[in-house]
Amino acid sequence: MIAIKGVSKNWREFSLKNIDLEVRKGEYFVILGPTAAGKTLLLELIAGFYKPDHGEIWVNDKNVTRMPPEKMGIGFVYQDYSLFPHLTVKENIEFGLKLKKMPKEDVEKKLKEVMKMLDISHLSHRYPRTLSGGEQQRVAIARGIVIEPSIMLLDEPLSALDTRTQIRLREELRRVHRGAKLTTIHVTHDQTEAMALADRIGVMMDGEIVQTGTPEEIFHSPIDEGVAEFVGVENIIEGIVESSEEGATTIRINDHIIEAISSAEAGSRVRICLRPESITIAPSKTTSSARNTFSGTITQLVPLGATYRVEIDCGFPLVALITKTSMEDLGLRAGKKVCTSFKASSVHVL
Amino acid sequence: MIEKIKRERMLVAFTLLGFLIIAFIVVTLGNMLATQVIQDLGGLIKVTQDPVVLNSIWLSMYTAFLATLVAFIFGVPLAYILARKEFLGKSLIESIVDVPVVVPHTAAGIALYTVFMHHGGLIGAPLSSLNIVCEDAVPGIVFAMLFVSAPFLINSARDGFKSVDPRLENVARSLGASQWHTFCKISFPLAFRHILTGSILSWARAISEFGAVIFLVSWPRIAPLLMYERFESYGLSTSRPIAVLLIFICLTVFIFLRLASMRWQRHDSD
Repeated sequence: MIAIKGVSKNWREFSLKNIDLEVRKGEYFVILGPTAAGKTLLLELIAGFYKPDHGEIWVNDKNVTRMPPEKMGIGFVYQDYSLFPHLTVKENIEFGLKLKKMPKEDVEKKLKEVMKMLDISHLSHRYPRTLSGGEQQRVAIARGIVIEPSIMLLDEPLSALDTRTQIRLREELRRVHRGAKLTTIHVTHDQTEAMALADRIGVMMDGEIVQTGTPEEIFHSPIDEGVAEFVGVENIIEGIVESSEEGATTIRINDHIIEAISSAEAGSRVRICLRPESITIAPSKTTSSARNTFSGTITQLVPLGATYRVEIDCGFPLVALITKTSMEDLGLRAGKKVCTSFKASSVHVL
Repeated sequence: MIEKIKRERMLVAFTLLGFLIIAFIVVTLGNMLATQVIQDLGGLIKVTQDPVVLNSIWLSMYTAFLATLVAFIFGVPLAYILARKEFLGKSLIESIVDVPVVVPHTAAGIALYTVFMHHGGLIGAPLSSLNIVCEDAVPGIVFAMLFVSAPFLINSARDGFKSVDPRLENVARSLGASQWHTFCKISFPLAFRHILTGSILSWARAISEFGAVIFLVSWPRIAPLLMYERFESYGLSTSRPIAVLLIFICLTVFIFLRLASMRWQRHDSD
């Protein structure tokens, strides 16, 4: 278990403010935040590369705040992989093993195992500069896990890779984590990556952890507008609570009434958060269990690869996501009238 | 062709200007070497058999090597600190490192004499009580050479360490390597080409030193001093073969070390 207690640090252009965080044993914890939020610095503090100005770091009930990094037993993978350029793949991976003063046969055995697991055995005698990004990343992961660390720290490990390699390596990371039940902290700015890998997520903004929770909690119940925007809640609309009874709430937005589940009091000003993928689009009004149905006009269609972003004016603006096939089936285009609907439980009230 | 020259006017001008400065260097050295070989090959062969000349060239080479070795032992750690740490007065230290480059070397010679003379010299006197004499002795040559040549090694090594990503050191530490081990296995090998280049520059600078050495040590004679004395007493025909021989030896060593340093080049990111 890792416990970060009130840690602050000013370093170059970054600053961490009073970070409190607990990562459970065996957990895959993702720190999600925009670039320059101080995520890497936090990892470097945990690894012991730098010392915090204030606060303490505990690992397995031991205060390790002032411990030198070589005593920590932590595997660290940087965004740019940081392979030793003057050593071959094999020499890179055995760097840590050789320091453990293990019998030579054991070193060889472990090397073989880890290289087989990450499918890099054929690269053994190559130098890092001759490898592709994906291959380099596998080597970096192998080098980190071969020393059997108690904690693995991953700093944006996938962000420099193309999408296909990203998805493949994501699977690999999950497999490695499950296999070794390794407590892992993974830093990223990519919400899809966070969603795919995390047991729990901590959202970091401007040097602070602003929210921790399961992916479900973070993506559907963001704690404030900043987090909501960052995790891709594209619909944040202001309204006034008309009535609230045992959680069933009605909220007035201009001339429209939205039903939601919330404990907000009648008369209070609120903002509703609605993820674009929670909205369904139909050519005309249909019956469904969704409590909220509005008709509107498409104002814009923005292609995003396999999906389209649909902007609709329903008397208030709404953004929805739709697959390319659905868009073609429904014959959607700007100016077309459509019917949008979403469930009361999809609406998160701030 | 004319079209191309017109289009690339600036680059053509730069090439011409660059050619002239290269020509200046090549002509100066080439003319001397060629004249010597063509007009007086016998004189050149004669100096290669003159024990006085050979001794003084050998003296220059090994004192320069010692000076470089001392600069290495004390300068590489300093270079590492300068590359890695921020501290109060860092730019002052960096300026001090550069001072010997900008001080006129005869002035440096007088300063060195003042400090290292065995009667009343701030360092020379205590050293001579330990039976280490600097005045007119090998240690004096080494100290004088060290003074003028150390900046080349320190600055080059500092640039070398700066070019090594600190993240590589962090990763090595996380893998269980101590600070010493990380330095020896990661930082030093990766900065080695810069350090070697700095050492070559430092060594070459030390061999060429004249002004800083002669005030402190006029005997034994280093090669530049021997050349100067022969020139003063007997003229060009006696001093030039020594110059040619010295240049020939220095270039041989220089080329050999350059080739050796290229082996490391492929691992450098820059």
